[in-house]
Amino acid sequence: MNKVNTSRAFAAAVALIVSGPWLAGAEAQLAVRGRTVLTMSGPPLENGVIIINGGKITAVGPAATTPIPDGYRVLDAAVITPGLIDAHSVVGLTGIYNQKHDQDQLERSSPIQPELRAIDAYNAHEELVAWVRSFGVTTLHTGHAPGELISGQTFIVKTTGNTVGAAVVKETATVAATLSGAALKGGRRGSSAKGKSPGTRGKLVAMLRAEFIKAQEYRTKRENAEEDKKPARDLKLEALVRVLDKELPLMVTAQLAQDIANALRVAREFDIRIILDGGAEAYLLMDELTAANVPVIVHPAMTRAFGEMKNMSFETAARLRHAGILIASQSGYESYVPKTRVVLFEAAIAAANGLSFKEALATITIDAARILGIDQRVGSLEVGKDGDVALFDGDPFEYTTHCIGTIIEGQVVSDTPR
Amino acid sequence: MRSFTVTVLSAALGAMGMASIANAQETPLAFTGATIIPIVGETIERGTLVVQGGKIIAVGADDAVTIPPGAEAINAADKVIMPGLICTHSHVGGIGGADSSGPIQPDVRIYDSINVLDPGFRRVVAGGLTTVNTMPGSGHLLSGQTVYMKMRRGKTIEELAYRDDDGKPMGGIKMANGTNSIRDKPFPGTRGKSAALVRAKYIKAQEYRDKIRRAEGDPEKMPPRDIGLEALVEVLEGKRIVHHHTHRHDDIMTVLRLAEEFKFRVVLHHVSEGWKVAEEIAEAGVPCSIILVDSPGGKLEAVNLLYKTGSILEKAGVKVAFHTDDWITDSRLFFRMAALGVRAGMSREGALAALTLNGAEMLDLGDRIGSLEVGKDADFILLSGDPLSVYTKVLETWVEGVKVFDRSDPKDLLHAVGGYGAGSDQIPYMCCYDHGEASQ
Repeated sequence: MNKVNTSRAFAAAVALIVSGPWLAGAEAQLAVRGRTVLTMSGPPLENGVIIINGGKITAVGPAATTPIPDGYRVLDAAVITPGLIDAHSVVGLTGIYNQKHDQDQLERSSPIQPELRAIDAYNAHEELVAWVRSFGVTTLHTGHAPGELISGQTFIVKTTGNTVGAAVVKETATVAATLSGAALKGGRRGSSAKGKSPGTRGKLVAMLRAEFIKAQEYRTKRENAEEDKKPARDLKLEALVRVLDKELPLMVTAQLAQDIANALRVAREFDIRIILDGGAEAYLLMDELTAANVPVIVHPAMTRAFGEMKNMSFETAARLRHAGILIASQSGYESYVPKTRVVLFEAAIAAANGLSFKEALATITIDAARILGIDQRVGSLEVGKDGDVALFDGDPFEYTTHCIGTIIEGQVVSDTPR
Repeated sequence: MRSFTVTVLSAALGAMGMASIANAQETPLAFTGATIIPIVGETIERGTLVVQGGKIIAVGADDAVTIPPGAEAINAADKVIMPGLICTHSHVGGIGGADSSGPIQPDVRIYDSINVLDPGFRRVVAGGLTTVNTMPGSGHLLSGQTVYMKMRRGKTIEELAYRDDDGKPMGGIKMANGTNSIRDKPFPGTRGKSAALVRAKYIKAQEYRDKIRRAEGDPEKMPPRDIGLEALVEVLEGKRIVHHHTHRHDDIMTVLRLAEEFKFRVVLHHVSEGWKVAEEIAEAGVPCSIILVDSPGGKLEAVNLLYKTGSILEKAGVKVAFHTDDWITDSRLFFRMAALGVRAGMSREGALAALTLNGAEMLDLGDRIGSLEVGKDADFILLSGDPLSVYTKVLETWVEGVKVFDRSDPKDLLHAVGGYGAGSDQIPYMCCYDHGEASQ
């Protein structure tokens, strides 16, 4: 009996040592005190405290009436928020060096590849993951990038972990589609490289529709046929069936009003859930988006305003939000310098351009969690949710404020003031 | 005879520009009750700025400045007034400098390729910038001559270029080393080759200069005119500044080495690893124009780009300015750069000077712009609050006493925040950006 217990304890200890870069013990017991605690589930708490035990929040309340148990490590900050959520990134598949070997976010061999999983392409040790973590980002929705009609899957991870397995929150979050000109072969609108499809928008949507129809027929055959008459498993069509079944949303990257309208049309035809990614001209279609109940992960506010982004506005987040559309902020996808944006900075621009402070903070906390379907676990500081917290020495949106600490499930994963 | 005519023509063009400005601003304007950040000297809590004829004629505390009779008084209480911002490194205007025919093209003038009506310039003034150094890119060892532009409302580059005492447009010359300029033949394939090509060209320029001197005006002895070597001779004679893109610490040292050999005046640009060789840069007495972006990386030589570069250089005694490298970062967000510098340890005064006077000096314009001092150009901006706050807006931008941007004007607001009709399809200049891998 003793031998078994010892070996189990040993195994647990080994697991702890190899499982991450954090400093506290396995039973992380942490109290975080803030002059202002922005729980995102009710009004801000003045002089509040968050108690975390075993990776979960066990108490939230005013410091005066919320005792900190003995032996807990105590951290203090001026402002405390839930750990930030980046609703759309490619970090982890894209790397800091921007060389061929660290760029796995876009497979160019074929335009429709919904079977490509993010979990098979994510580098948990990518430096850019640590970079965004140091600004308070604790949860990343990351994966295959815009740029092909269906580039692959995305997933949700915490910004820590020695391996992707230790980091994963949701193994598949969305199937990522691009209905913008970025998915067209051979350049800008209307042109096409000889022999390469899709070369035009008409072809783009036709290919998408044909694939969904194939998936419908595959689903029917798999469901109805007898065991020995079923068609062979097809990973591509399986992924699309999950979209047809509304198990997974299709995240559609589209900027121009016409492309957003295309996305809504396809969604209606196949009765699927979509999330609009980007939406530079979404302010032209707010009624349609509201009627279709489509949430929008608004493009980074600091995106360069050329090409399909030429009509973008700093105020789009505010306009959509005030029309009743559920929105989140993102760091997006960059091909050059800077290799990644930081979602905190993007939300700050939205906060300075029509969104209230609370509305802007929601786009990187609770509303991002709602859009991603992870709000049971993260997005606000509430009892029972993950102990993910970001600590700041002032208004998190102010340029000169620092993130002084980042906590994931009760472990301090970053404490360099950034 | 020929050169005399050219001089008169240049002077006439310059005078035309100045005359129209003087007419536009005969009535003095007095802004009162504002928080004034002059850059030189202390911040003035309740101050008055008086401008006339395109110049600053008074600046000081409300009770210390006499407003001239007939002046139009403008209540600027609750506003902050600063000098117009200066960007030493911009690619706005649909520009195209050197082409792919070779790595060293000093004959090419960006002056000949700027679309002054580009909406990007509307965003430039919306960001509070009043002077920009418009440059060709960094995909060459030497990509051409730059031009220093005043953000007046105008239709042609003739109207916007700064001019020297002879009426000639002012500008520097753009050079680069490191990975951007290493490309397929005929471009260099290595750093060693890059430096060798540059040295060979400057030696040719030295010999061209010496031949001209020895000819003493005798047309029989003069070498055939070479407009590229002419520009390099201006560099050798200290009349034209080298604006040198460089990232990695060893590439920075190479620039200093070449500057020492050929005695050219140089401003280092980007300087991503400047924090590693701050002492060496300080010892060389060379100023740095730096950029802060959202994350390190994106290319190998920027992997160690740090926000604290500005702070480390400042502490080492190096003169620091910021630049947008528009389109790499947006001119409307130029203040963000200074704020990030302060975030990482730079002094507030140093960061604000890095947006204004320091950049002016790096363009040989420090006697004309960059601070709110009597006699300098009336280039200034009105802000809604502290310049380093994300919530602050640029309310108005003035150039030579003429308002060129007003946020309360819906046409200008469209450019300040974006929206339908704000932009153009134009593909921006960002060296090495692969347009096939669009970030859309």
